[in-house]
Amino acid sequence: MAVTTAPERAAQVAARSAHRRSTPATRRRTLVALAFCAPMLLGLAIFFVYPLIASVYYSFTSYNLVSPPVFIGLRNYIYLFTQDPLIGTAAFNTLWFVVFLVPIRILTAIGVAGLLARARVASGFWRTVFYLPALVPPVAATVAFVFLFNPGVGPVNQILAMFGIQGPLWFNDPAWSKPSLVILGVWVMGDIMIIFLAALLDVPTEQYEAASLDGANGLQKLRYVTFPNLTPVLLFALITGIIAALQYFTEASVASTVASGKASVGEGIGGSMGYPDNSLLTYTQWLYERGFNNFQLGYASALAVVLFLVASFFLVILLRRVNAFNPEGAK
Amino acid sequence: MITTKRLVAIAAIASAAALTLAGCSGSTGADSGPIGAAPTKLEGTVSLWHFFSDREAAVIQSVVDDFEKANPGVKVEVHSGQDDTKLTTAIASGKPVDVGISYSTDIVGSFCSSGAFADLTPYIKRDGVDLAQYPQVVRSYTEYKGTRCTLPMLADAYGLYYNKDLLSQFGYTEPPKTLSELETMAEKMTTLNADGSIKTLGFNPLMGWAENAAAHYGPSAGAEWLNAKGEAVISQSPGWTELMQWQKAFVDKIGYDKLNKFTSGLGQEFSADNAFQTGQVAMNLDGEWRTAFIKDQKPDLNYDTAPFPTADSHTDLYGGGYLTGNIAGIGKGSKNKELAWALLKYLTTDTHAIVKLANGLGNVPTTKDALSSPDLKLPAQFGTFLKVMADDHSMTTPPSPVGAGYQQTFNDFWNKWQSGQVSNLQAGLKTVDKQIDDAIALTKGP
Repeated sequence: MAVTTAPERAAQVAARSAHRRSTPATRRRTLVALAFCAPMLLGLAIFFVYPLIASVYYSFTSYNLVSPPVFIGLRNYIYLFTQDPLIGTAAFNTLWFVVFLVPIRILTAIGVAGLLARARVASGFWRTVFYLPALVPPVAATVAFVFLFNPGVGPVNQILAMFGIQGPLWFNDPAWSKPSLVILGVWVMGDIMIIFLAALLDVPTEQYEAASLDGANGLQKLRYVTFPNLTPVLLFALITGIIAALQYFTEASVASTVASGKASVGEGIGGSMGYPDNSLLTYTQWLYERGFNNFQLGYASALAVVLFLVASFFLVILLRRVNAFNPEGAK
Repeated sequence: MITTKRLVAIAAIASAAALTLAGCSGSTGADSGPIGAAPTKLEGTVSLWHFFSDREAAVIQSVVDDFEKANPGVKVEVHSGQDDTKLTTAIASGKPVDVGISYSTDIVGSFCSSGAFADLTPYIKRDGVDLAQYPQVVRSYTEYKGTRCTLPMLADAYGLYYNKDLLSQFGYTEPPKTLSELETMAEKMTTLNADGSIKTLGFNPLMGWAENAAAHYGPSAGAEWLNAKGEAVISQSPGWTELMQWQKAFVDKIGYDKLNKFTSGLGQEFSADNAFQTGQVAMNLDGEWRTAFIKDQKPDLNYDTAPFPTADSHTDLYGGGYLTGNIAGIGKGSKNKELAWALLKYLTTDTHAIVKLANGLGNVPTTKDALSSPDLKLPAQFGTFLKVMADDHSMTTPPSPVGAGYQQTFNDFWNKWQSGQVSNLQAGLKTVDKQIDDAIALTKGP
């Protein structure tokens, strides 16, 4: 490999920069690139930058969506951190899902993907079976689960009773409602399982052979061959999983509504929100309730800004930790 | 690394965007108000936004057809299936909603104070609409702090449903009139399985189940929510304490866990598996709409209705109950307010239209003429709700700028109370008052 000295490299960079600035062809190329990126940049500006700036602005106002917003300084934030009676519960429930639902789903997906990668008989059939639940719409899946786990007439408790086990109240018990949703989350883990399966099948067999020749045992192969190859997918699953858990809404809302016996059309979620005993009240449900049912869009914007900051914090920490794990990524 | 120059640029862009946003959302539009006299001939197109769907939407359409027939130059554009969130965002985004109908009186505070619905007073005065034709409670839930931005379009009234067969099986011929009587009868009518679990209940006192909500119990003890200034007075209203203590003692007598387990296995409230319709619960607090559900889903059920029992120290309140209802107003972006007012007036004051809607939707009519109309074709059990509607002791939940947020706060506390998580009821109620006041304070300017 040719060795370039520092002064030489600086001169090359300067020359390239001068060349880039001065050539019409480069300018044209930049314009073409920008033109191709324009739809994406426009979408980003309209659907991300504008709402973000709007949320930050409204978070300093009292705003009910209809009247002009009135600037109230930091009052929304002061209320959020010192007075809101349910923000602690909503934040705790949401973090609970981040801490338990995300890792359990990922570990199960890796486990199932590992088994499916080894399947030699009817592998296509089994892959379909494990992936299929991911295609069920979240509302339908949740409604079905609440009925399956109904303590009175649901088949799950009836089957448990046949073995002499008295099943819990599942979605109707504050202690069991969140774990019940984790079971649902595991059932629909096909979306990330299929990505892990692809990553596992993509690991070069030569690396396993080389490891075997070096005397590595199964655990060492997992640690030094499989895991490094899975890291990008794992990072993807963690980031998307954490963000999804921070925004967890549909399943918790539907479970509360159906389990409370108040499934109806057109009357919102206010009456059954968080049932039982606010154990399923998530941060985004609380944000929606305050914004659209209590007409406090200013306060809901403050909640949204805090959620954005928390999600960004998780993202930064995660990216740094994963880089530390990956020797090539550590700089 | 972000340079200072870039930071300044970002701040400048953000400030510009914020100012633009302030400009965008600040426009309210001038309201010219009504013309000197009501127009003799109506012409043009008017939009009607409502939340009904399927069969109920057809009932609304039939009345709209009558309106169009009576006014040949008018075309009504009907937008069905529009719930409160859609209605709010449509008005906020400047869509020309001429007449909007909501199922919730909880939006009145916000819509009247924000101007989402136009003030109707000038039109009411000009056309001499007699507001006394509406019961006082109905008048109260359709205005906010002196601004009348809505008129009532049918109402909901609550009462006690009881299974006549089950009552007679246990030797009762009359429904209970006090909460103590209700509890005694319910206890006697409760049956257990061999393992000690509940088989059937006389009455389910678990708060949060079906229509068991603080708002619906309040009238039994004359319990108050907010004072004239809009401040929470729950801890100062002894009716709440009396109701909560009675309810918790009743729950404890049955056993919270046992009751919770039984309730968890009951069917959906708005399905044919409704526990009152299946006979799993003998007496139930419910709205007048249940008569239509029973007629449709369990026509052979031998039942009757009565006003909901009162607290023992408030027997004078017997006959009243909780009232709420649909409300209608003129959207702030309406391009033809005269036509919108004509349609709104027809839907909310015309006896023929109201009776037709009441018969079709199975709700309580709101004007005195419609309440006594011989054309009302409703089941015999409906009579209770017509009386509750006209009773002076009936109550509603007051409008507030946070919608039903204050009720939610109190219901949360009641849920904690019934499950034994509250040791000091009075201190807890004071905290609830403060939480409600804090939330309402956020809606006020600096």
